[in-house]
Amino acid sequence: MSVPSIAPVIQLRDVVKTYQTGEVEVRAVRGVSLEIGRGDFVAIMGASGSGKSTLMNILGCLDQPTSGDYLLDGVNVAGLARNQLAKLRNRKLGFVFQSFNLLPRTTAIENVELPMFYTHPLISLGVQRRRALAALEKVGLGGRAGHRPNQLSGGQQQRIAIARALVNQPELVLADEPTGNLDSRTSVEIMGLFQALNESGITVVMVTHELEIASYSRRVVVMRDGHVLTDAVNETRLRAEDEIAALDHAHRQASLA
Amino acid sequence: MIFTLFQSLVLRPLLTGMIAFRALRRNTMRSILTALGIIIGVGAVVAMVAVGNGAQAKIESQVAALGQNLLIVFAGNRKSGGVNSGLGTASTLTLEDAAAIAREVLDVVAVSPEISTTAQVIANGRNWSTSVLGESPGYLQIRDWELSAGAMFSDRDVRAASKVAVIGPKTANQLFGPINPVGQTVRVKNIPFIIIALLTSKGAGMGGNDQDDRLIIPYTTAMKRVTGDKTLRSLNVQVASAERMTRAQEAIQNLLRQRHRLQPGKENDYNILNQKEIADTVGNISRVITLMLGSIAGMSLVVGGIGIMNIMLVSVTERTREIGIRIAVGAQGFDIMLQFLIEAITLSLFGGTIGVLVGIGASRLTAVFAGFSAIVSTDSIVLAFSVSFAIGVFFGIYPARKAAALNPIDALRYE
Repeated sequence: MSVPSIAPVIQLRDVVKTYQTGEVEVRAVRGVSLEIGRGDFVAIMGASGSGKSTLMNILGCLDQPTSGDYLLDGVNVAGLARNQLAKLRNRKLGFVFQSFNLLPRTTAIENVELPMFYTHPLISLGVQRRRALAALEKVGLGGRAGHRPNQLSGGQQQRIAIARALVNQPELVLADEPTGNLDSRTSVEIMGLFQALNESGITVVMVTHELEIASYSRRVVVMRDGHVLTDAVNETRLRAEDEIAALDHAHRQASLA
Repeated sequence: MIFTLFQSLVLRPLLTGMIAFRALRRNTMRSILTALGIIIGVGAVVAMVAVGNGAQAKIESQVAALGQNLLIVFAGNRKSGGVNSGLGTASTLTLEDAAAIAREVLDVVAVSPEISTTAQVIANGRNWSTSVLGESPGYLQIRDWELSAGAMFSDRDVRAASKVAVIGPKTANQLFGPINPVGQTVRVKNIPFIIIALLTSKGAGMGGNDQDDRLIIPYTTAMKRVTGDKTLRSLNVQVASAERMTRAQEAIQNLLRQRHRLQPGKENDYNILNQKEIADTVGNISRVITLMLGSIAGMSLVVGGIGIMNIMLVSVTERTREIGIRIAVGAQGFDIMLQFLIEAITLSLFGGTIGVLVGIGASRLTAVFAGFSAIVSTDSIVLAFSVSFAIGVFFGIYPARKAAALNPIDALRYE
């Protein structure tokens, strides 16, 4: 089991984000300072409108803070141009979305290869294929490389999305409500996958509004009204393996009865 | 450094092209329908220009069939009591004029006086109405005409006003059928003529008269024995070269004004038709028609281009999420723009290729129905290709830029 190292992957210093929607100024994030160390598994919780999604967009370099600093892997992201942000996302970040966001009518392996298309310098097609297959195997779908998303279950689709997030060996995987569209058992399986990845050293930041899901993380940050309300180590961390075993046991009991 | 440049200028566009190609293949039917606009446009341009060129060549060959460097001098218009009888009717052009032109105008190679009439000719128990031309032996050379059998009458025949005739293939066929007409006798106004030669086929002439349906006899015979005319209808004058046509025409003009004692300011009592001028005029007209046909077809090419833009815009909207995903995983604006631009260019080039084939096919087909061969020029194919490429770029750039400018956060949430 790896321990979070001292050098932080993410450093937020007094980050503010305001939107102008017509006449009204929306202050989505109102001064957040946060450090996330290498190898950590952080759940960001909060009700809708708490600013967690905006914070996630900033962490994912899809959006720029209005003020404050964001250091990703020691590099200040504030003030970088669109293309530089794209390069940063490609090299250092992996995204997992609630709605999977796989390309339709495109095979699993082609979906996983997608980020490598945009890597500088270019990766040869053979290497792309090999790395994509390895990533698919890591999420347990090595045998489904040729399947299209509509031939796969929700859990499998999310696994492909996770493989896509991993394929460029990012510093950080960002997951936005990754279990929002999945049933409870599949959700636990996906959390198990995240836990396994985390244990192999990958830093994970996950946004969720479900306490149950958050309880698989190492650390829980709760947001409200654009501020960090609480930020604490998760003492009662659940292990997905145990939960699945318990679920299976309950299932057996139910079918015996 | 060079390798990086090679990557970004060659390899990456190739890779992007692969992505674009996959996207087009995923929507095969739509891609084909979109390309159809360009197929029709390019096909129409290629076919229209081919048909226009073919028509031009056909007309030019008809003008050339008049003869080499030909000036035709017509007698003037006869006016009697206010009635104009038209060119060639006035009794102003004489054999002496013809002789003077041949003798005095420097650039003239040959002169053939022409008498023309229509007569009922009888032979082999059949009769046929045909045009009877009185000419000199130089006529065939002037008109660039070959014989398929026999030999042309000679100057001696002209001097003797011999009763010999050269027959057109159509007239021969009407009178003799498959029998060789050479050596047979044909009666014109009850005068028997011996057929000494058969003309090759020349087809319809300018204005649609059938050049294969005629009888050519010495002009002296025509004047003395057939029409009784003392004057000529026209003179066929051959000039040494195309460049000397204008000079020769002026010289003939001056000579005839002098011979006919026309006071300055008085109208000419004859008319000169310059073959080169006719050729130039007809050539210009057919070029204009070709251009017109081509530009009408070109408009359908523009319509096809708008079709591509339309589908690309739909495609960008429809694939907003895909664009969002690509941007999120690291695609730069340029990558996205290139992808959609290549899709548009691929569509239009695909349409252009098929269109060229369709155009060649269509012009072949037109040739079958129109009775002349359409000429598919390399120029029009190259032009159609470059235009369809340009259309792909022009109509693809707006949707492509729109795609590249999408905000990934909104694009990822797009339903």
